Amino acid sequence: MSRKQPRAGGSAGRAVNAALGAAGLAAFLALGEVVPRVGIVKARYFPPTSRIARALGAEITDGTFWTDLGDTLTGWALGLVIAVGAGIVVGVVVSVVPYLREATASTIEFLRPIPSVALIPLAVLLYGTEMRSVLLLVVYASFWQVLVQVMYGVRDVDPVAEETARSYGLGTWARVRHVLWPTALPYVMTGVRLAAAVALILTVTAELVIGAPGLGARIAVAQTSQAVPEMYALIVVTGLLGLLINVGARSVERHALAWHQSVRGEVAV
Amino acid sequence: MPAGPARPNAWRGPLLRALFVVALPLLLVVLWWFTSDGSTDVYWPPLRTILRTFPDVWTRARLRADLVPSLLRLLAGYASAAVVGVALGTVIGSYRKVRAVCEPVLEFLRAVPPPVLVPVIMLFAGIGDTMKIVVIASGCVWPILLNTVEGVRALDSVMSETARSYGITGPARMRSVVLPAAGPQIFAGLRQALSVGIILMVISEMFAASNGLGFTIVQFQRGFAIPDMWTGILVLGLLGFLLSVVFQLVERRVLGWYHGLRDSSRRSP
Repeated sequence: MSRKQPRAGGSAGRAVNAALGAAGLAAFLALGEVVPRVGIVKARYFPPTSRIARALGAEITDGTFWTDLGDTLTGWALGLVIAVGAGIVVGVVVSVVPYLREATASTIEFLRPIPSVALIPLAVLLYGTEMRSVLLLVVYASFWQVLVQVMYGVRDVDPVAEETARSYGLGTWARVRHVLWPTALPYVMTGVRLAAAVALILTVTAELVIGAPGLGARIAVAQTSQAVPEMYALIVVTGLLGLLINVGARSVERHALAWHQSVRGEVAV
Repeated sequence: MPAGPARPNAWRGPLLRALFVVALPLLLVVLWWFTSDGSTDVYWPPLRTILRTFPDVWTRARLRADLVPSLLRLLAGYASAAVVGVALGTVIGSYRKVRAVCEPVLEFLRAVPPPVLVPVIMLFAGIGDTMKIVVIASGCVWPILLNTVEGVRALDSVMSETARSYGITGPARMRSVVLPAAGPQIFAGLRQALSVGIILMVISEMFAASNGLGFTIVQFQRGFAIPDMWTGILVLGLLGFLLSVVFQLVERRVLGWYHGLRDSSRRSP
């Protein structure tokens, strides 16, 4: 999303922006230090930044923290992979087979807005605190993000290109590979990016509420044992994780679509 | 896309479409009905039982006691998030310097999975309605805020210059230039926020509450009232679906001009 900005030229503008951003971040952290110290909020509820940083340091040196982080990441990655795979396969099949799209539209519109957390009680009953509980929620929530984007993408296929491929006698598979997939890829990537963020939210939520091992469960433990700075430190970790996932997903997107953006950049003058 | 029968009779089009809309949902329900009919699995009760339980569980009194408070909290949280998000987003989006300062902090705050805010906000606001409204608002605000920033930022420079040269400034500029131009983006944010809001409504009630949908469903699950729990899942599903329908209606009304524009530009290649 690098829109050209008037005046703020190239790398100089970027450096200024980075400096301003760093200043903003520093101000934010300083505010977090000062507000509880001055007593605007109780330090017991909102510990100063330095206290949270110390708790974060203690967490990092704790071996169980890394196990929990690993559990969270495993649940996230596994759920995301399943959801993306299923979303792409179902999305392409539904859009390519005649009438299937119309036949499934109402069902998809109905199932999609069902909040995944509605499945929490069911997950608890079926799988208890196993990872499968987490996966059930993560896959359900992320699947729709991918599916809907894939379907938008397929709808966007240029009918002329499609007809041309047909008249050249390309089979269904070849048409999917050479016409449909390149058109749909940007949409798929958007879907994957959204799904990656949703998957993290649901992973942590499931751990927090159900108690499946991971960062979420660790936050719940910190909360019930009144370890407030530790709780904040863990929340910061989940935020950093989310940030990394967002940034990572965007760079994957840019990478996979390098050809696409450059083409679009030339056309849209 | 094959367009179906070349020239459908006047009555065949709508009829066929209606058939497409209801066929698959009907098929799925019938399938669920018959595959679960002889089920002795405690966790997967027959659909017959679930539906028979439904009116007994969701009586008028229970709807008033659980659904209404949940919806009011959702509404209060969502509305405050919308007001704060659009207002702040407009300010941040309008000034390049402010945006550069705020961006990293906002990106981080957005990346924090909203459900982990529940324990934090419980510290400050206890476990009453305030806590739930604040949780919902603080999760919903980020998609709205960031999308508003993007929308305002991408304001067409020709349009904004034209408005300036006609002397349209201040509130008038806000109302007739900035907000309509950013409208589609703002609504994209509002849509994302709605699903986040429902999730947070349920989660906050699962944590600590004495009424509400989330509370009641967990209560059923803990009491092993499995058919009752299933009816709760159905209610949450219906609620999610209805809210998304309402949202679409509102969006179509507010953004009617935009959809019309997009459709006409899509039709004329």
